[in-house]
Amino acid sequence: MNLEKVVFGFFIMLALTLNFAFFVGDMANPLYHNTFILFAALIVSMITTVLKFGDSTHIGAIFFATSLVADLQLLVAAIIWGWAAHISPEGVTPAAMVTVVSISGGALLANIVSVVLLVAETLSIRR
Amino acid sequence: MSQPNIYYVLLKRLRVPLITLILIYAVSIVGFVLIPGQDNEGHVWMMSYFHAFYFVSYMASTIGFGEIPYAFTDAQRMWTTVTIYASVIGWLYSIGSLLSVMQDPAIERLRRESKFRNKVKLLREPFYLVCGYGDTGTRLVHALGQEGVRTVVLDKDENRINELEMRDTLGRPLGLTADAAKPAVLGEAGVLNIYCKGVIALTDSDQANLLISLSTELFKPHLRLIARAESPEFVNSISSFGNNEVISPFEVFAERLEMLMTKPSHYLLNEWLTGIPNQLLHDPVFPKKGAWVLIGYGRFGQAVYRRLHAAGIPVQVIDPKPGEDALPEQSLIGLQANRKSLQLANIESAVGLIAATSDDATNLSVLMTARELNPNLFMVARQNQQDNNLIFERAQFHLTMNRGDVVAHQVFTLLRTPLTRDFLRLAQHETKTWVDQLLSRIISITEDKLPYLWETKITPRYAPALYSACAAGAKVSLKYVIACIEQREHTLPIIPLLLKRVDTFLLVPDGETLLQAGDRILMCAPYHAYEQMQWATQNQKVLHYLLTGEEWVSSILLRRLLPNS
Repeated sequence: MNLEKVVFGFFIMLALTLNFAFFVGDMANPLYHNTFILFAALIVSMITTVLKFGDSTHIGAIFFATSLVADLQLLVAAIIWGWAAHISPEGVTPAAMVTVVSISGGALLANIVSVVLLVAETLSIRR
Repeated sequence: MSQPNIYYVLLKRLRVPLITLILIYAVSIVGFVLIPGQDNEGHVWMMSYFHAFYFVSYMASTIGFGEIPYAFTDAQRMWTTVTIYASVIGWLYSIGSLLSVMQDPAIERLRRESKFRNKVKLLREPFYLVCGYGDTGTRLVHALGQEGVRTVVLDKDENRINELEMRDTLGRPLGLTADAAKPAVLGEAGVLNIYCKGVIALTDSDQANLLISLSTELFKPHLRLIARAESPEFVNSISSFGNNEVISPFEVFAERLEMLMTKPSHYLLNEWLTGIPNQLLHDPVFPKKGAWVLIGYGRFGQAVYRRLHAAGIPVQVIDPKPGEDALPEQSLIGLQANRKSLQLANIESAVGLIAATSDDATNLSVLMTARELNPNLFMVARQNQQDNNLIFERAQFHLTMNRGDVVAHQVFTLLRTPLTRDFLRLAQHETKTWVDQLLSRIISITEDKLPYLWETKITPRYAPALYSACAAGAKVSLKYVIACIEQREHTLPIIPLLLKRVDTFLLVPDGETLLQAGDRILMCAPYHAYEQMQWATQNQKVLHYLLTGEEWVSSILLRRLLPNS
């Protein structure tokens, strides 16, 4: 058992599950979507990105890229939510909420790809 | 070349500090979101992520705008205290690790190498790759810099490369601390770059120079290569493949010494044409005919002995340290180079003394002693250490052999005016009268200074006007090319030394010689004449006047109207 693999696998799975937890539920209703979960998903996704820093292998580069995509989308989702809550005069409308959730859906897709890559790598090495 | 990318290495080392920083921020922000605050009316006010991120951002960077939007409760202040310490420690740790990573010698080396590689990759002008930055390399790189030629320098010794970077060399040479004998290093230094015009191997070790020549030959078969080699075996093996040029400082100097004794005029011609332009000519001193004493029978001593012996000059050898090398008959072996052994070697009746040991102190002391015994001696000294320059100059020997100088001069001449070598080779076979006449012609034009040498190549790039005139079939006599641009009846003080046409050479072509496109001419003149002659090769109007004696009419209309011109 390789501690590095455990840590990396843990964070990648955590990023996916948190992202999923945020995503599920009525898209337009803020009650179904918890800010803490979005925050946790963003932080975990950023840590996953840093964990892949400096990996010059091909698969490492793809991991890095997908987790950057997830970071970006979660960050944009958080910014849109912040904008709607604090700056926009209408407040958090269902339309704003749908945007936030669907963008986090994009991040979810990227995280799924990461997990698929992780599984593929694990299966191909067989050690 | 599997060099690790410097950014990957940097990022890898910064993983832990970055994750620490992210976690500290995350925990701080969540804390502020969870801890209830109060607004101005005393209602409970929960901080949102937006406000929490804003507050933590300025708090952690110690900017501290204060407690906004509302004054904090005690619980919030307690949490702020915790996060202030946590974030300051986090930042100190991250910045500290960043700095220590940057200063790590391994990273520093990687950084230098990647910078060097990028610079070499971006070179867009012809350059030479110089391997070895010792005495010879230093001289050569500076001389080339003054001629506006760029160089890339490799040396194993870090101090030398630092010296290169400290010194204000013209032409900004690029330097890297690396072993040039490793093929990968040569590749990195741009041997495959299309702008690399040649490799010059000047390291201290013949073995390394051989390896450099081999890898260059394999990397790029037709690349020009000039190598220095001291022992005859390596001279042979380096010149055995490709068309490498090998310089053996001992052989070059021994050849010159022989020339000095047997053909003084030829020697003088050689000195003038390979010297540093614009230096003052000094009156040459020639040794008388007679017997010589040679101290030291190492590689240099052997080269000198072989030459002089073949030329029939009697040489008495003294070798202070008997080695395995078979000494010539009647040598004085095992004697210290002192007064007694000099007397045994009949120094009083000898015409000259050559101190050729590999130790500067021995050479100096033996020459000083000999000078007392026979003040009329012609003294030749071998100088091994560049640092001893001052005392060797003070001692005023007739001739000092300095390895670095000999090689640097040769390489420089080969690079700048390769025809000089051909010229000197051909001039060897000419008579003394011919050489003397040429010498007096040179001295009449150069005003007591060493002449400036250059090659005029009749190609579109180097001499566009001259090339188009020759290519158009005009009869271009050499005398008009070197004529004065104000009055073509007068000739500039220029002596064409050699004309190379495909594979034939014409020694000292006269003014009536007709030039052809593709010719290469070696010229010799004071520097100002060189500048004037550039008009004839570069400017169509000037050349037209020089060739025909008429002004060039550049307007098409006027040319139609005045058909005669």
